[in-house]
Amino acid sequence: MTITPFITDHAIEVIYLISTALFILSLKWMSAPTTARHGVWAGELGMLLAIGGTLLHRGIVDYTWVASALVLGAIIGVPLGLVQMTAVPQRTALSHAFGALCVALVGTAEYYLRAPAVPKFMMAVLALEVILGSLTFTGSLMAAGKLQEILPQRPITYKGQNVVNISLLAIAIAVAAYLVIHPESTMLFPVIIAIPLLFGVLMIVPIGGADMPTVISLLNSYAGLSAAAMGFVLDSKLLIIAGALDGSSGLFLSVIMSKAMNRSFTNVLFGAFGQVQSAAASGEETRNVKSATAEEAAAILVAANSVVIVPGYGMAVAQAQHKVRELYDVLTRRGVDVKFAIHPVAGRMPGHMNVLLAEADIPYDKLLDMDAINSEFPQTDVALVIGANDVTNPAARTDPSSPIYGMPILDVDKARTVMVIKRGMSPGFAGIDNPLYYLDKTLMLFGDARAFVGDIVRQLAGEGHG
Amino acid sequence: MSDIITSLYIFMLAGFVGFEVIRRVSPLLHTPLMSLTNALDAIAVVGAIILAGEHKSSLATVLGTLAIVASTSNLVGGFLITDRMLKMFKASKPKK
Repeated sequence: MTITPFITDHAIEVIYLISTALFILSLKWMSAPTTARHGVWAGELGMLLAIGGTLLHRGIVDYTWVASALVLGAIIGVPLGLVQMTAVPQRTALSHAFGALCVALVGTAEYYLRAPAVPKFMMAVLALEVILGSLTFTGSLMAAGKLQEILPQRPITYKGQNVVNISLLAIAIAVAAYLVIHPESTMLFPVIIAIPLLFGVLMIVPIGGADMPTVISLLNSYAGLSAAAMGFVLDSKLLIIAGALDGSSGLFLSVIMSKAMNRSFTNVLFGAFGQVQSAAASGEETRNVKSATAEEAAAILVAANSVVIVPGYGMAVAQAQHKVRELYDVLTRRGVDVKFAIHPVAGRMPGHMNVLLAEADIPYDKLLDMDAINSEFPQTDVALVIGANDVTNPAARTDPSSPIYGMPILDVDKARTVMVIKRGMSPGFAGIDNPLYYLDKTLMLFGDARAFVGDIVRQLAGEGHG
Repeated sequence: MSDIITSLYIFMLAGFVGFEVIRRVSPLLHTPLMSLTNALDAIAVVGAIILAGEHKSSLATVLGTLAIVASTSNLVGGFLITDRMLKMFKASKPKK
């Protein structure tokens, strides 16, 4: 009579063990585009096994709620998996929010099931789980709203903002500490839900669109850590490991993003990013720029041996990636070596630009990251900048007074000829003038990115057919 | 107490494994990586299923059910979009 449940319990543990191994393999296979899809399959298999095993759990007395919730979740999930590639950042933020919501809800339910007798360590982890889950929930919703442009993308700042935020967090931690000592104070528990919910909103309010890659990564890390905390509460090794993997992944990406944005890591950890740098209003002397037409640009491009295209978010905003692919095709057909230089923050989340270009059918081996491409610029005939600005600004290398000094940039200015497609001479996101535009070897191509690239392609195609 | 210590060891080791594995992921795939880890994070559904299925209190059942909905939508959406993105990454055809 007791034999069967005993076997079931052990079977479930073994299934979880296999799932854990599959999750680690899943991430390992993500290392290269050739094996990455195996990673997805391994993850799916691990997930199916884990859910199947859990359904065998003998504590479960009723399946109707569970089954309906699984079906409803799947119905909501499918459209979220079918969004356009430009909308992936907000989708990702939204899924951080859902993950954190799940963790916060489970934590709340577990507390009320266990109160008043909650051991100290358990209470501390529960509090951590609920605080992190709640602030990640509203913070991610805010980030998604800003990315979807439902909310204003401009950073909103006010006096004493940091004081307000830090005090709120301090109050939540103080209440949590009190609960650790007096876990029977059930009336206080809603406080460590409500304050972090508010904190999550206030944390994202001062953050601007350009900082989103860092913010999304950081929220990813928080969501993972809260899931790991939930694993401690439920004593589930599988959940601890999955949460730790997600947390370290988010942390790793935040470090990369903060380096690429030239912000210290502590600066990011304390959420102090997003301050609008007071743009160094440089001398307003009108300097000469050289501009060129699509016809001239086409002639220069086709005469080159090697071309590096530097896409920025502006290219995606102008929906120019498919025209850029046509340009890539026509130049490659004419024997020009074309590569793409991808800055880590060229997009609204880590790696976003690669996805947008892959969607436009540009082969991934032509997409080079900053470290790989920078040594090639001196041997490059033409660097074509489309919708990127600050990440090409040589002042980051040479001018210690520049607000972006020290930021790693693409060394576009080392190419023999530079062409920049831009609407006008207005400065970029950070409001900083770009000396690249005034170099002797730089040609400005004024116009809309999509229309201009289209014109260049037409010139080249026209010539080709005589 | 020894259980907690064991769990802390597991957490620490998994954190290091995560860091080492993720470090090797090409920057090319950072977006699918994040959507994949998000989908894997939806393993929290396991805890929510037990909570909703055990019926220990009505609060726990309701919160557990909502938690299942939230994490399942992540699971399905996360795997779906990761696979869609990865399908688009193609190598250039060797024709030289």
